[in-house]
Amino acid sequence: MNIDKRLVRKDSLEKLFDILKQNSKKIYAPSEKNGKITFRDAENFKGISTGYIQTTQSSKDITFPRAEKILDYSKSKEGMSVKGIDLKEIPEIILWGVRPCDANGIGELSSIFNWDYKDEIYNNRLSKVTVFGFSCNKSDEYCFCTSVGGNPGNTLGSDILFTRMGDDGDYLAEILTEKGNVIVSIAPQLFEKSENSEKEKYLAEVPVRFNHEEIKNKLDKFFESKEWIEQSLRCLGCGACAYVCPTCACFDIQDEAHGKKGSRVRCWDSCGFSHFTIHTSGHNPRDAQSQRWRQRIMHKFSYMPERLSVYGCTGCGRCSRACPVDMNILENLISIQEVTI
Amino acid sequence: MVDLIKRAKELIESSSVKVVIGYEQGTGNKTRALFVENSEDADKLIFDSRCIQNLAAYITKKEIKEKGKMAVAATLPVMRSIIQLASEFQVTDANILVLGITPESKLIEFGNLAEVEKFVHQYEIEIDVRNKEMLDKLEKMTQPERWQFWIDELAPCFKCYACRAACPMCYCSRCTVDFNQPQWIPVPSTELGNLEWHIMRAIHLTGRCIDCDACYNACPLSIPINLLTKRMLLDAKEHFGGYQPALKGEHLMSTYKPDDKENFIQ
Repeated sequence: MNIDKRLVRKDSLEKLFDILKQNSKKIYAPSEKNGKITFRDAENFKGISTGYIQTTQSSKDITFPRAEKILDYSKSKEGMSVKGIDLKEIPEIILWGVRPCDANGIGELSSIFNWDYKDEIYNNRLSKVTVFGFSCNKSDEYCFCTSVGGNPGNTLGSDILFTRMGDDGDYLAEILTEKGNVIVSIAPQLFEKSENSEKEKYLAEVPVRFNHEEIKNKLDKFFESKEWIEQSLRCLGCGACAYVCPTCACFDIQDEAHGKKGSRVRCWDSCGFSHFTIHTSGHNPRDAQSQRWRQRIMHKFSYMPERLSVYGCTGCGRCSRACPVDMNILENLISIQEVTI
Repeated sequence: MVDLIKRAKELIESSSVKVVIGYEQGTGNKTRALFVENSEDADKLIFDSRCIQNLAAYITKKEIKEKGKMAVAATLPVMRSIIQLASEFQVTDANILVLGITPESKLIEFGNLAEVEKFVHQYEIEIDVRNKEMLDKLEKMTQPERWQFWIDELAPCFKCYACRAACPMCYCSRCTVDFNQPQWIPVPSTELGNLEWHIMRAIHLTGRCIDCDACYNACPLSIPINLLTKRMLLDAKEHFGGYQPALKGEHLMSTYKPDDKENFIQ
């Protein structure tokens, strides 16, 4: 398929932002607070962060909010009345500044929410999101997208992918989907004909660090390995890795009751928590951190490829950057690859 | 830290302890906890100004406790935590040996926890200038301004509980937030849920928090939650004459005396 490639001049980006805003588009873009860059409702172009390698949190909060009301209920003498959320109220959103690994993560997350039950709320939110991917022109030691099938200029998951041609250069815009075409039609003058369509030389170099198929095959025979215990000794069992991850999808259902009425809320949860698997009887099938750490790796590199034909990791490296005790997933995967069974 | 490596090797080789907890070079520019169980691994031990994780958080961790007696390379905040944990019956001389690292980076080995306590008591817990300024700024705000400050700061919190996990004093096998019958704290990381969690955390740590900043350092979103515990530390100083962890300490929030001033009830 021939990709529609356009030139967006460096000073056109702000114009694009302003035109989209004038068209009442809600734009979520990376901005900084307390030294951490994350996706927020962007009021103006100046507030958008640039030059970051990766945002602290992924953009998954937009399609899978950390605390999402799924219904309201009320009890009365007549019985119980339940009211689901109005899907029409879900806003259309432009996700601006998504890195290719994150855009790729949207597909991985979607595969979980459409495994057997098709999650109506998730799918509805996703249908209203337009993704503006921005290729990476730099990386750090925590990045490993190329080891899990991605690359710094990967178009997968983006509706438009912008690649900056040089440090202070113009952008190459690849218009990838119908949603992308809609954006172009709003401001066609900003998407000029492109002479140059070569983007590879502007992309960051991210060396391949491991073979994910080899890891997958190894994991089939790795369940009882002592490696899990060694790797996880310093893990404190918080949920930072899962909550910054673009593909971690575990949730907990909570009822927030206020007298005779209340709401049912879907809240993020993490397999790293000791109480994640605790049974009503008090028995916990994963009562050691090593078993919980194993679950995290197995789920992403063995169970998901087996059941959903996708990996549960995009190599964004966020979990390693966010971990307070330096649990580095790349380091651990390499050591799984190297250890002899 | 040649002394530390040498001593760790001796302790492991003589089976005096089963594990020595210290720091090693991590990935990137990070340092991280190292659990030395054989003498070769002791060579990886390092100590420098980057080694700020509070290693006392591992003392009550099931997987570490199961190994047997441990030695801990302990900076001043770690030593304070150990004394507080001992006063709460979480650790005794039988299961810990403290390899102290003084503020001057000198290794000092203690015979028992009483010696550690004596050492720790030479130093007052002082809030650093930058945080003191921030606390003063908060103090000068009107109540609605302060309320808004915290609503805004806590808004990004997604309740990963890294603050709880990194804190040596948060060792409960079941935290209040994990109870659902009854449910004390709302689980969702909404405005109310976040406020209740952080207020509860600060109150629970009052008179126990030794101001190590582990909670703040662990927060992946750098939310200044340590300002809450620092404020409580200053309040403890003002109302109860200061706080130092002590082996036979009277716990500030759970000790009642008939002559307690009750002037906070208005």
